[in-house]
Formats: sequence, structure tokens, C-alpha cells
Amino acid sequence: MGMVFNIALDGLSYGMVLFMISVGLSVTLGLMRVINLAHGGFALLGGALMHGLTFQLGWPFALALPVSVLSVTLIALPMEYVFFRPLYGKGDLTQVLATIGLTFLMIAFVNWLYGSALLGIPLPPYLRGTVDLGLRTLPVQRVAVIVTGMVVLGALYGLIERTRFGIWLRASVDNRAAAEALGINTRWVFAATFALGAGLAALGGVLGAELMPIEAYYPLRYLVVILAVVAVGGMGSVWGAWFAALGLGLIDTAARYALPDFGTIFFFAALIVVLALRPQGLSGRAYDV
Amino acid sequence: MFEAWLGRMGAPVALLGVVGLIAFFAFPYDLGFLTRILIMMIFVLSIDLVLGYGGIATLGQAAMYGTGAYAAGLFAVHISANPLLGLLIGAGAGAGVAFLSGLIVLRAHGLGLLMLTIAVAQILHEIANKARVVTGGADGLSGIRMAPLFGRWHFDFIGQTGYLYALAVLVLVMVFLRALCVAPLGLTARGIHESPVRMAAIGVPVYGRRVLIYTIAGGLAGLAGALSAQVTALVSLQVFSFSLSAEAVVMLILGGTGRLWGAIFGTAIFMVIHHLAATADPYNWLFVIGILLLGVVYFIPGGLMGVRQRLRILFGGQG
Repeated sequence: MGMVFNIALDGLSYGMVLFMISVGLSVTLGLMRVINLAHGGFALLGGALMHGLTFQLGWPFALALPVSVLSVTLIALPMEYVFFRPLYGKGDLTQVLATIGLTFLMIAFVNWLYGSALLGIPLPPYLRGTVDLGLRTLPVQRVAVIVTGMVVLGALYGLIERTRFGIWLRASVDNRAAAEALGINTRWVFAATFALGAGLAALGGVLGAELMPIEAYYPLRYLVVILAVVAVGGMGSVWGAWFAALGLGLIDTAARYALPDFGTIFFFAALIVVLALRPQGLSGRAYDV
Repeated sequence: MFEAWLGRMGAPVALLGVVGLIAFFAFPYDLGFLTRILIMMIFVLSIDLVLGYGGIATLGQAAMYGTGAYAAGLFAVHISANPLLGLLIGAGAGAGVAFLSGLIVLRAHGLGLLMLTIAVAQILHEIANKARVVTGGADGLSGIRMAPLFGRWHFDFIGQTGYLYALAVLVLVMVFLRALCVAPLGLTARGIHESPVRMAAIGVPVYGRRVLIYTIAGGLAGLAGALSAQVTALVSLQVFSFSLSAEAVVMLILGGTGRLWGAIFGTAIFMVIHHLAATADPYNWLFVIGILLLGVVYFIPGGLMGVRQRLRILFGGQG
């Protein structure tokens, strides 16, 4: 019973972290058809910035977090303009080459700045303790991650379903040409979505640093997991990314606790089963990348 | 007619052999590194067959490379130290894995296909990692001692035999692939790449042909893996790693996909620059690689082989 509970808690928080990191990639992939292999790099940049602010400069966690996330969001805007705009509509292999090159530059930058050591992010006291629910005590950090993940999901739902920007976004995903003909500035929608996705990746990277430690090679190390969430969830779908992230997070955690001898086999077996049955992912919209 | 065919096929491939021999005498102290380049070329050629000719997006070709390496390594340790038999075993094992996984993997398209190829390689990686008793796990498979090639040439410490052996295999693979590309199967693969729907409409069993291409390429990747196991006398878990697949794909795109010479040049240039940059600055060499890749994308789209074509158009050729 205790183990089941721990698996659920750790799996959910791991899934929420995966969701926050991957959702931006899923939406931008559905929107712009750019396979951005450098997406994990934004989580790395967020984590590295957070490390610099809290560990080196001694800023309080609660201040450093929004500053890091906001900075990455703002960094992503000019990057979208310089690097990604020329890639829209190019062949997917060109995109792979360019975004891997960009990933290498991000890794080299963090490596040059901090070396290849683990970049710790000290947790403030109020996140380090446990919270008593009466039945059980839970580590606050895990609970905070799960709550943040749900808030992000809710906020994205509100943004996409209830605002004008959401209408533009959905229209651009469904049919870019028609959206443009109706006067929607799709370039602007692309840029804003890209930056938002980068910011969420940074948030996920910082909050998930306990489970996925920040270090220079982070974007390559977790690339497969991030792509797995996007592929299983189906491109361009927030809900798909959320289900996929939680499902894969729970499966991976359960396998680690219960059957450590099998390592990551279950994670990838689940991936194969889902994709063999639904090649276009859970959300079920067929796109050809 | 046969002479004409031989001339068209033979001349460039012979040139490859000659350049390989010149390198053999020019860099006698770097034979280990040069051998790695040759083996990588075979591996990248196998990806070119899948990706460039067949249009099958893959980031998991290491699955076949690693299977070939472990198969050849285990064969050498337990059954026979004959290198040529080992190559056959490696190629067969690679083709077998490619066929079995291809049956599932090739049902998907786009990102799903890409992820399935990765997943196959990761599962094999995990199996090799956990099956310590057989594979040596994270310590790697050691104790591979090859018998002399054709009973005459010993695998020496400097790697002279290893280099010439790898060069010979590469030249043969190149001849095979050049023949395959103009054979009906190669043309079919190109057709499927361009338009699967039309190929299906003219009666080509698209799925079956894709599986076949994937299997042949898997055999070549297994061959490359077997070669690396024999020459380095070691198989590590790295043979299944995602970064091996990804790096090889990068080399291929760098050189230009869908052209055999693209795979050759891309591999040579990437590995040499990688080597020089890593020697010059062991900490910041990734900057060089990153800038190289971005430079190719933004300034010479189509890869390095695209440059030749552009020059030809520039100087009034038909391109």
C-alpha cells in the first residue's frame, strides 16, 4: 500500500514535470511543423539561470523562479526570429540538423559557463519539509510540482479555450492558410506560442531538477523522453501531452520501484504499444512531419 | 554494355579505395581513428539507404549496429574467431532485428516512426545492459580475439590489418549499394520516397518494399557493428546509444541525403572536424560542431553534396 502510494506521488510529479517541459514542443510542432530538438535546451537554460541566481547570487527561490522563467521566455523570442523563422517550411531533415546544432550550442554555452558538473538548485525551507494530510505525510516539493502542473494545465486550457489568442492559435493549428486569409497574424501567434512553450519548459526544468538533474548535457539526455511524450500525446494537443506525460511518468516510476531489474524497458515497451496501435498518438490527429 | 556498367560503377569506387590507401600511408599513426571513420561510413551508408533512398525517418539505426556488434563479438568469443564468418553473423543479426522490428515500426509515419525506431534501440540497450552474464553489461564485452584474416594477416596493435580490412569491406559495400541504387529495388525505394500513394497505385507493395529496404540496411548496419567489434576487440553499451544514431544521421544530412557520396563526405568531414576540435579544445569543441551544423543549414542547404550541384549549375552544366 505504501509503495503504491509512493509510486503514485512520484509518478504524478514526474509526469507533471514532463508535461510542463514537453507541452510547448507539442503545440509548436502542431503549429509550425518544426521538429525542435533544441526544446529541452530551454529547460536547461532555465535551470542554469536558476542555479546562477539562487546558488551563486543567493537570491530567494520565490524571486529567482519567475525571473528565470521570464528570462527564458524573453530569450526565446529573438531566437524564434533568428533561428526558427528561416526553418518554417523547410524539409524535416534540415530542421533536425539545425535544431541539433542549436542544441549543441546551448550545451556548449552552459558547459563553458559552469562546466559539466551537476547544477544544484537549493530548495527553500518551505519546500523541503513535509505536509501532513492526516492520513499520510507528503514531501512538499512533490505536492508543489503536482499543483503547479495542474495550474499550468488549467491556465493553458483557459488560454486556448477562452481567449481570443486561443482562437487564433486553434485556427492556426487547424489551417494556417485559412487563418491568415481571415486576418490572423500567424507569425505573431507562432512567436508568442514558441516563447510561451520555452518558458513552460524552463519552469518544468527548474521544478523537476530533483528528478531530472540539471547539467550541460540535459537537452540530449532527456530528448528521447520529451519526444516520447509528444509522440504518444499526439502533436498540437495540450490534453494529449498531459495524458501522455502522466501515463509515461507513472509507468516509468512504477517500473523503477517494482521491477528495477528491467530498467527502462517498460517505458519503451509502452511507447511501442501505443504507437503501434495509434501511430498518430493518443489525441488522434494525423499529421505528417 | 557490361564494360560501360563496370566503368560507371568502378571508377569512383576505385578512387575511394585509392584515397583510402593514400591515407593509409600518409597517416600511419592515426590508423585507429581512420578505421573508426571507415566503419562509421558503412554505418552512415546504411542510414542513407533507409533515410535518403527509402525516406524512412530513423533515429534508431544503432539498434542494428549494436546487434551486429554483439553478435559478432559473442560469436568470436564462444564459437569461431574467423573474422569473415563473424561479419556474416553480424550482418545476419542486424538484418534479422531490422526485419522483426521493421514489421512493427514501418506501420507508423512521421514522428511516430521516429520514436518507434528510437524505442527499439533503447530496449535493446536496456537488455544488453541487464544481461550482464552474456554481454558483460556496462563493463562491455571483452575477450574478443580474432583469428588472422584469411589465415595470414594478424590483427596487429597498430591497426594496419584492421584498417585495410575495413577499407576493403567499405569498398565492397559501396559497390553493392551503387548496384542496388540502379536496380529495380533501389528505384522502387526512390519512388516510394517521392510518393507512396502513386507507387501503391501502380501496384508496388509499398509496406513490403519498405520492410525489405529496412532489412537490407539493417544488415549493412550490423556489418559495420561487427567490423567495429572485431577491429577494436571490444563491444560497449555505447553501440546501442541514441547519440550514436543521432550523430550518424547528422553526418548524413551534413553530407547530403539520398547520395552515397554524401554519406562518405559527411562522415569524413564531421569526424575529422570533431576530432580536431576536440583535440584543440577538449572543453568547448561542441561550439565548433554546433556552428558547423547551423552554418550548413543556413548557408549551404542540401548538404555538402549540394555544393557540387550548385557549382555545376553556376558553370553552365545541367545540374
